[in-house]
Amino acid sequence: MGAISKLAARPWIWSYLGLLVVWLATVTFTGGKGGAEILSAALSFGTFTVIVGLGQMFVITTGPGNVDLSIPATIALSGSLAMKVMGGADAMLLVGLVVSLLCGVAVGGFNYALIRLLRIPPIIATLSSSFLVLSTAIAYGRGLKIKPPPMLADFTTARVFDIPVLALVVAGLAVAMSVLLNRTIYGRSVLAIGQNMRAAWLAGIPVERIRFLTYLLSAVLASLCGFVLAGFSGGASLNMGEEYLLASIAVVVIGGTSVAGGRANVPGIWGAALFMFLLVTMLNTFGASAGVRLIMTGLIIVAVITIAGGDKPQR
Amino acid sequence: MPEAPLPIVDFSNVAKSFGAVRALAGVDLTVRPGECLGLVGHNGAGKSTLMNVLAGTLSPDSGEMRILGEDIRQRYSVALAHQMGIRCVFQELSLCPNLSVAENTRVVHPTIKGPGWRGRAGALILGKLDEIFPGHGIQPGDHVGDLSIGKRQMVEIARAFTVTAAPLHLVILDEPTSSLDAVTAGQLLQYMRKAIGQGASCILISHVLGEILDYSDRIVVMKDGGVVAERPATGFSRDTLVAAMGTVARAPAAGQAAQAADRREERPLSVRVRPKGRPGGAALEARRGEVIGLAGLAGHGQTATLLQVFRAARGRDPDTEVTGAVALVAGDRQTDGIFPLWSISRNIGVRSLRRMLRGGLIDPAAEAEMAEDWKRKIGIKTPDMNDNILSLSGGNQQKALFARALGSDADIVLMDDPMRGVDVGTKLEVYDLVRAEAARGRTFLWYTTEMDELKNCDHVFVFRNGRIVADLARAELTEEKVLHSSFTEDA
Repeated sequence: MGAISKLAARPWIWSYLGLLVVWLATVTFTGGKGGAEILSAALSFGTFTVIVGLGQMFVITTGPGNVDLSIPATIALSGSLAMKVMGGADAMLLVGLVVSLLCGVAVGGFNYALIRLLRIPPIIATLSSSFLVLSTAIAYGRGLKIKPPPMLADFTTARVFDIPVLALVVAGLAVAMSVLLNRTIYGRSVLAIGQNMRAAWLAGIPVERIRFLTYLLSAVLASLCGFVLAGFSGGASLNMGEEYLLASIAVVVIGGTSVAGGRANVPGIWGAALFMFLLVTMLNTFGASAGVRLIMTGLIIVAVITIAGGDKPQR
Repeated sequence: MPEAPLPIVDFSNVAKSFGAVRALAGVDLTVRPGECLGLVGHNGAGKSTLMNVLAGTLSPDSGEMRILGEDIRQRYSVALAHQMGIRCVFQELSLCPNLSVAENTRVVHPTIKGPGWRGRAGALILGKLDEIFPGHGIQPGDHVGDLSIGKRQMVEIARAFTVTAAPLHLVILDEPTSSLDAVTAGQLLQYMRKAIGQGASCILISHVLGEILDYSDRIVVMKDGGVVAERPATGFSRDTLVAAMGTVARAPAAGQAAQAADRREERPLSVRVRPKGRPGGAALEARRGEVIGLAGLAGHGQTATLLQVFRAARGRDPDTEVTGAVALVAGDRQTDGIFPLWSISRNIGVRSLRRMLRGGLIDPAAEAEMAEDWKRKIGIKTPDMNDNILSLSGGNQQKALFARALGSDADIVLMDDPMRGVDVGTKLEVYDLVRAEAARGRTFLWYTTEMDELKNCDHVFVFRNGRIVADLARAELTEEKVLHSSFTEDA
């Protein structure tokens, strides 16, 4: 088979095609101006969606019904906690990072405890835990507006050759996650559980330990996102995670990961995150009103998922 | 030629390929009214593909298809097949597990509608179940997912024989007895003959050659996608049938097992298990290097006991002693065994990933090597081990599951009636493999409903109602004893 049909068989190709089309449309409209700037901005903002999308991807891949809705709350809690601990001092940078990640470990563990011990479906468990987490963030960070340490702010906004450094780091993270998914026992186990949990158990996979690690991973990545996002946007706020609830799920699905579980796709997450940002930019450039913008975003996402075709029968 | 009634099915030169695999290489098939056609052949001989074409689920690449004299090649479909009175009982069960027995019946009978449809559908299926399998113990309101695989098979069979608006001309029974125990299998075959006496026809596919020889009128033998022999059933004997399929018949290796029994007590213990929940039964003991049979009627606690051992190998359980790593070969492939999105090679490797690690990462070369190794050892029929597992026929999928367990580091292998839908040649190969692995010190716990397989065991425990009621050494094993213990209330 030729290179083209081989490429077309890869589910992530559609998100990249989509982003190319949208970018070309935008650049054509502006008469060639600002093309590079738009891409650079997309890399900056898309980065945060990628971080949480990676975690969400692992969760969704463990099978139907598995989804982490506590991501926005975790971002808010981790961001405000870290800002408060660091108090704007560079010296406390590492301590802040550790606190932020520990916060993710706690949320992930709590989510899993609800799912496993109380037998609550993941969608309800993570949604209800997100209320608790957000309340903690409110109680703890009331009225606080602390600037991030200068080093963190510099790092998250730094660029080399107009490419955000953070985007490069997260690209590395994505590569690491891809290796984790495809080349480790943990990744194989996630894929197996997503296809058939009972068969996975009978094949000797420690199903519950893997699910625990997966919710933990998702929450830790959400915390990491909260940490860098607070640095990037000059401080934490309680609603800073809001848009990442749907975004984290949308990039997973558009990126070619199967919602039914068992099949995941890392490159697609990057493509989808950039595509989503460029889509909104394009509609803004066209001067669409807020209502039209939302409708178009919805329609285009549906169209991309339809074209990408979801689960084709394999041979 | 004398005037014969119009054949129900008249196929000529039907061909079908899946990519590089030529599943049907121009097959002729005729089924006349009021006959039972036995269809036999190895796994991958093309039987299931041919039946899928007949049922309308696959459309052939070329060939002529006439049903009741009508040329239907261009517009054939599942709906048309049903309309023309062709029903199928497939190897992979086709009931919806989330619906009740009555609701599943309604699915194929669209004319049952209006208030009270559930009751009428229930009465229809219950009547048929009572007729075919007296004493079946299934309620129309039972959810299919809660039924054992044997009972699901009974519902599936009974449903195929129910009649409302569409007529019933031909029932395809693809391995109908593989999930049934001896008694229900007998009931089914009796009923099938009765239905044929009333003018219906059947195609019977089975790897149990005795069933084919005793219950069909005519036998068609398939091999490599073509028909290689076709004769009245009386023209075949067991040996000629096996020879026609291309397997050399041979006597079962009876002597091998006997020597193991003598020094039983000296060998180290592998498993000691007392089935839970039903006090008063005996305990099962397996020693290193033994092949232990779990016998009895289907669904009497054998699978539950295997799972109890499987759980105990990972955790603690005061009733169960397990001294080593455990692997399981599933019999219910779709629910318990296969990962449908994966290649054959990944499906085999999943139990042995730890061994493939190089520097913490899975080494693709090691995985491919294991796959090729087992492709050779167990004879998996495929052009490429990287093809999806579902591209294999049912029997070859089962071989992949054997490879997964036998290729692993397990000291103890649990087999949950794994020979369902596996052809004679493969069975003999697997028996040899099991014996060879046992000689190397592996222990096998083997649940089976077939007497022939118990003859490969060193020791057999008979189950009834969740208890172990008999404990037979190889030398004292007879079919009568197993049946006797399976049925009498006080052993």
